[in-house]
Amino acid sequence: MSRISIIILVVVCILFAVSWLTKTNALDGDNPVREAFLVTLSAFLTLAIMSFMYKDNPYYKFAEHLFVGVSAAYWMCVGFWSTIVGNLVPRISDSLASYFMVPPQPGTLNFLYYIPIVLGILLLMRLVPKVGWISRWPLAFIVGTFAGLNLIRYLRSDFINQISATFVPLVVDWKGFGDFFSHLSLSVGSQFVDMLSNLVIFVGVFCGLVYFFFSREHAGWFGRASRLGIWVLMITFGASFGYTVMGRISLLVGRLTFLFRDWLGLIS
Amino acid sequence: MRDVLKLVTVLVLCAWATGAAQVEPPVGDSLPTAPAPPPPAPVTNLQAQDTENDHGHSITLTWDLSADDGAGQRSVVMYEVFRWFPHQMDVVDSLRDAISTAQENVRAFRSDLPRAEHALRELKDDPGKLDRLRFSVARPDDAAFVLTAEYAVRALEDTIAAMTEQGPIIASRIGPMKDQFYRALDQLREVHARFPENGGWRLLGQVGFGINRYENSGSKEKTAPDFYPDYTDLYYRVEAVTADPSVRSEAAQAGPVQSKGQWFHTGKKPVLLFVLIFFVLTVVFVRLAKKGTDLYVRPLSGIEAVDDAIGRATEMGRPILYILGLGTADQVATIASFNVLSRVAKRVAEYQTPIIVPCYEPIVMAVAQEVVKSAYLDAGRPDDYKEESVFYVTYYQFAYVAAVNGIMLREKPATNIYMGKFFAESLLLAETGSLAGSIQIAGTDEIAQIPFFIVACDYTLIGEELYAASAYLGREPILLGSLKAQDWAKAGIIMIALVGMISMIFNWPAFAELFQVVD
Repeated sequence: MSRISIIILVVVCILFAVSWLTKTNALDGDNPVREAFLVTLSAFLTLAIMSFMYKDNPYYKFAEHLFVGVSAAYWMCVGFWSTIVGNLVPRISDSLASYFMVPPQPGTLNFLYYIPIVLGILLLMRLVPKVGWISRWPLAFIVGTFAGLNLIRYLRSDFINQISATFVPLVVDWKGFGDFFSHLSLSVGSQFVDMLSNLVIFVGVFCGLVYFFFSREHAGWFGRASRLGIWVLMITFGASFGYTVMGRISLLVGRLTFLFRDWLGLIS
Repeated sequence: MRDVLKLVTVLVLCAWATGAAQVEPPVGDSLPTAPAPPPPAPVTNLQAQDTENDHGHSITLTWDLSADDGAGQRSVVMYEVFRWFPHQMDVVDSLRDAISTAQENVRAFRSDLPRAEHALRELKDDPGKLDRLRFSVARPDDAAFVLTAEYAVRALEDTIAAMTEQGPIIASRIGPMKDQFYRALDQLREVHARFPENGGWRLLGQVGFGINRYENSGSKEKTAPDFYPDYTDLYYRVEAVTADPSVRSEAAQAGPVQSKGQWFHTGKKPVLLFVLIFFVLTVVFVRLAKKGTDLYVRPLSGIEAVDDAIGRATEMGRPILYILGLGTADQVATIASFNVLSRVAKRVAEYQTPIIVPCYEPIVMAVAQEVVKSAYLDAGRPDDYKEESVFYVTYYQFAYVAAVNGIMLREKPATNIYMGKFFAESLLLAETGSLAGSIQIAGTDEIAQIPFFIVACDYTLIGEELYAASAYLGREPILLGSLKAQDWAKAGIIMIALVGMISMIFNWPAFAELFQVVD
């Protein structure tokens, strides 16, 4: 560790201690020392993660490893206590349920629940090189089963329902050109806007599908329709981009609010 | 004289008025009582039928509204629905509660007994603790709370003795109670068939006036309080009720009726039809591909760049980073990503370039390890495969991002490939990769994230291009066949949309109704 690194580390430690003491004096409550420590730690970890914008550094690495380690351990505990203890144990053994102090579920004991236990054990077989191939069976079961289930789900939601959504009349409430031009309006719900909207839906779907047609070269009229399709997609993506960026800005505001209000107390 | 007459007249009038006012009003039974309102007309044509397209455990009642609902006397405010329950149901309910309570008690004993024993040991070892405890819960001058150590020890000993004695007794009774419970459940069908003996009507619910439908459903779990038996004779009755609940119509009765589950959901016929069509198309094109028919797939620039990117990594001597996204192994995008990974890993093995695959999901990691291992085997370099090249990071989204970003900056991969399901982390990853100077190729079907990949990556596979990529890379007959089937399905969609649009112009809703799917 270089001399400058040591100096920076010492400065950071001093700043941490000063912040902790200052917050302890500023906070009320049952345990201001602990609260102040947690607020200061959160603020320093936030700054450590943000330091990544400058470049990779030991403080970012520390925050990253802490984050990864804590979250991995947390999810392992959640998985064990919610899935194995919470869902499986009460269904296979009353005595085990009592041991883990989870509410017993009388009458739900079912030998079907032993199947996931067996599959789980088979999955762990990969840790033993000689019989590691057995772990492919539960993997095949998981992927195959869920792929089959999803086929039906997506076919309904992303296929049939989408098709029916394109069943829109290009001509709405038509009473002749005279009536059409006399009531021409750009307000929402007007005949012209409804017809234009339906036209955009139909042409957009048509050209979008042409773009995703892989069996033919995109040339000639097919290529022009495909190009229009990609334009439709890009306009949609642009709108989506702006919308999501606004959401991210609100996340940043939330973090800055924490730093300037909860930690530094600069804003009320 | 005239004044005398006036005075007499006034007096007479006053006397008459006073007399009239002093007449007591009739009281009690002498008052004419309002006639009791007539009961409303009963419901008619009550039908109880098994609810369609469900897993059973449900009956739907329909009826024709009472003649006094919205017409006639207009006195009906609601309908009350009753079901006949045999007394055996009460036995089942009480046994269920008893078992649950006993199990709860046993569980409490098992958890509390060690605590009580621990507390007793502590008190015996350190009598001074009781004083500290006593002063922490009561004022020193409050005699009611002043306990002696002997009293506390004795109370704990009694509690422990009671728990030790009662716990096994209660536990031993659970088994016989369960047997009794299941015997009672088994008899339900039989006792229902003895209607109307040994049972009574119970109110199930109420529906407002103007409504002529009620669905009675329950749980399939035999131990649930709302257990609803299938294949059992059930009886229902419906009464029309006025604002005065005591004035109600005669009951209309329906039954016996049995509930049962259906094998097929008739509301999902369109799904079955499309599955069959797609299945036939896939089989046809797979057979064609296996026969060696040349099936054209247009070039995808993003996929063609993969080989160049691997070559670049080899020349630079840097690794390739492959991100499978945050999807689970059952999602289509992740499955397509496995296929691309297989191709990339095979090429990487041939070029002897390192590959790094950090995984977000444990099952995905297991599959990815198998895929990469198989690819190295196919490339004839099984010894070069390193188990640690495919590894698990964490199941927390932004912790995963932090870790992968760190890898990007420390390992400096020449190429980053993002294929799969991505969410809010897409821009964080792609932007960091861009800063690190890596060539980036992305593909996802998550529409909201595609814009971020487009702006930050060199090549992006949009939506279905990701699925096509795996077929394009592998040129395997099964994948090519399914890709071709998808293209034909798209052509079909265009035709159907065209016909649908025309049918809507001419106001023919029948065609659109063909595509209505019940959830």
